[in-house]
Amino acid sequence: MPVSRDLGPMAAPKPAFWTRSRIRSVLVQFGFVVLLVLLIQFLLANTMQNLARQGIASGFGFLENRAGFDIAIAFLDFDRNGTYLDAFWTAIVNTLVLATLGIALATLLGFMIGLARVSPNWLISRLAAVYIETFRNIPLLLQLFFWYFAILRPLPGPRQSFDVAGTVFLSNRGLYMPKPLLDSGAQLALLALVVGLIFALFMARSARRHRAATGNSVAVAHWWLIGLVGLPVLTWFATGASVEMSIPSLQGFNFRGGMVILPEMLAALLGLSIYIAAAVGEIVRSGIQGIDHGQTEAAQAMGHTRGQIMRYVVIPQAMRIIIPPLTTQYQSLAKNTSLASAIAFPEIISIIAGTTLTQTGQAMETIALAMLFYLTVSLFIAAVMNFFNWRVMRRSF
Amino acid sequence: MKIYPILTTAAALAVAAGGAVSAQTLEEVRERGHLNCGVSPGVTGFSNPDDEGNWSGFDVEVCRAVAAAVLEDADAVRYTPLSNTERFTALQSGEIDMLSRTTTRTLNRDTALGLNFAPVMFYDGQGFMVRQDMGVSSVLELDGATVCTSAGSTTELNLADYFEANGMSYEPVRFDRADEVLAAYDAGRCDVYTSDRSGLAARRLVMTNPAEHVMLPETISKEPLAPAVRHGDDQWFDIVTWTVYALIEAEEYGVTQGNVDEMANSENPNIARMLGAEGSPVGEWIGLDNKWVHRAIAAVGNYGEIFERHVGPNTPLEIERGMNALHTNGGLQYAMPFK
Ligand SMILES: N[C@@H](CCC(=O)N[C@@H](CS)C(=O)NCC(=O)O)C(=O)O
Repeated sequence: MPVSRDLGPMAAPKPAFWTRSRIRSVLVQFGFVVLLVLLIQFLLANTMQNLARQGIASGFGFLENRAGFDIAIAFLDFDRNGTYLDAFWTAIVNTLVLATLGIALATLLGFMIGLARVSPNWLISRLAAVYIETFRNIPLLLQLFFWYFAILRPLPGPRQSFDVAGTVFLSNRGLYMPKPLLDSGAQLALLALVVGLIFALFMARSARRHRAATGNSVAVAHWWLIGLVGLPVLTWFATGASVEMSIPSLQGFNFRGGMVILPEMLAALLGLSIYIAAAVGEIVRSGIQGIDHGQTEAAQAMGHTRGQIMRYVVIPQAMRIIIPPLTTQYQSLAKNTSLASAIAFPEIISIIAGTTLTQTGQAMETIALAMLFYLTVSLFIAAVMNFFNWRVMRRSF
Repeated sequence: MKIYPILTTAAALAVAAGGAVSAQTLEEVRERGHLNCGVSPGVTGFSNPDDEGNWSGFDVEVCRAVAAAVLEDADAVRYTPLSNTERFTALQSGEIDMLSRTTTRTLNRDTALGLNFAPVMFYDGQGFMVRQDMGVSSVLELDGATVCTSAGSTTELNLADYFEANGMSYEPVRFDRADEVLAAYDAGRCDVYTSDRSGLAARRLVMTNPAEHVMLPETISKEPLAPAVRHGDDQWFDIVTWTVYALIEAEEYGVTQGNVDEMANSENPNIARMLGAEGSPVGEWIGLDNKWVHRAIAAVGNYGEIFERHVGPNTPLEIERGMNALHTNGGLQYAMPFK
């Protein structure tokens, strides 16, 4: 093969200082950040000037003012005499509760759909496909309206509500249920139960490790007994705890007492989780199908059942493929809670970028708060999911 | 039409951040060739688009009158439907030149929100609607009721104040858009629907069974509904203000859409001056030509005609003139003199 004369060994000339790639990339990035900061500063200054010229109030002082409106769903105590800041916290907690429940439900439903999708049973697999295609392709806002009115329309008014044993009531005012009122002793006992659970889990884990390392098994049943029964029961009697039940009853226009899931909450939760579950289902399907078929065949050859193969061979490996896109879906669910404002669920957009913005006129500040909130939540979800991803990747098979 | 609220707000903010909002609204409108007017997304009688997207209604007439005065063409208006929570940002950011949208004039809006309000077009107050079969005859019987209302309104604040003052509790169900307030109330989610009385009258017409609902007697607030412009452009504020006065003054002098051409040669010097007869300074003072009032009246008629056409007793809304009668008939409508 003829060799070109020009291709002799050649020492690369030492590049000039600014062309060395490391340094150059640092310089470029630094320049970019400086430009970005300048741009933001320019926009801010210009905006402040415009606001001042139009005599529009600015700053975050308004957060201390009395809000003057009420919020129907408030996991924190809030009423009209609270400040805008209190309203902001209420909206944050409402949004987080909705997002957390939504993610849990979407995951559960999504995994079921995904597993159904790869089922060898033709009917089950087709049904799952229909579910995915339907809910993925209809805009979420429409689905929210659909669920909201699908829940409201058929339900009777509070006076004709469906009831279970005179304690649980379902009407277009929501689902009213008895609410346990825990005294301080009962609350302590509940705390003891949680502590006991953590303790038992810890003991079980070290027993597992011990067995893995030495091959000897250690009994753990008594730890479970102590953690889940002994500790809480002891606390209960030591404090003389008692629990009363607040049973909802119809008084005037509506039920009082008990606790309630309002139609807005139910519709928002259903709409969000059913929509995201369709995407999760697809992710789970592709994760499972992404595992080499040889693995399944090998496990089959070893005589494992289909369920065992899924549980111990396929899914643990599929998680590596599933988790990254799942993160995006969780973030998308958290951000999509904003659409629930259209069906009167009092989340961030409704309370902060809606009512507070209009009542104070401070659009820049309220939108900035809302954006900061969504950013924080998205980054938090990313961090948690990265942690899980790291755990899954670390595991060796 | 569903616009993702945060997106529109962000877009409006981008406008606010980017370009300086000009004090030269009149020049801009003329250069552009049309007026950008913010209206309600659809309230019967006040502002409603037909199948072809032509807007009409009481609030829409104000936009048309201003366009006729400024651009010599009442149809040269582009309407932007705005929800309660979008309306002020749209005006502040320059997305619209004026807001004519069942909006209450308040201290907060007049000052901290940077708005200037033209004269009140409709004196209103907050009312309550309930189902007839509930057998309720006063707001004071509503303790514990579930109340449907719109976010970002004076309504939600008055509601809280009134129930607080009377030691009553309620559960608010608050929607971004009035269409959903109505749909939820109609579907039985709430015992009560509260809003401006005019708005309730309009909304009732589109309920499944309007006859099943009654208005309670109490009016719990003052809701003077007025067009608004943003701070910082006095001339534009004057133009919108005096266009509204022109409509009211025309009614007082008996100038109508039908007779405005004759009246332009009226023996009455007040009428002749207002309609821009030879030697009248009304154009020069405000920075338009002499015929601006004439054109506005020719385009939309006087205040009384507008009222009768869109919301009066002979329309489906059946609203009496009441407080909106001329001062000469014991009402509150009173234009400042065209002198
Ligand atoms: N006048 C009050 C209430 C305004 C209001 O809620 N108007 C309703 C009509 S009653 C409306 O225009 N709704 C249209 C919409 O939001 O879709 C205010 O200025 O805050």
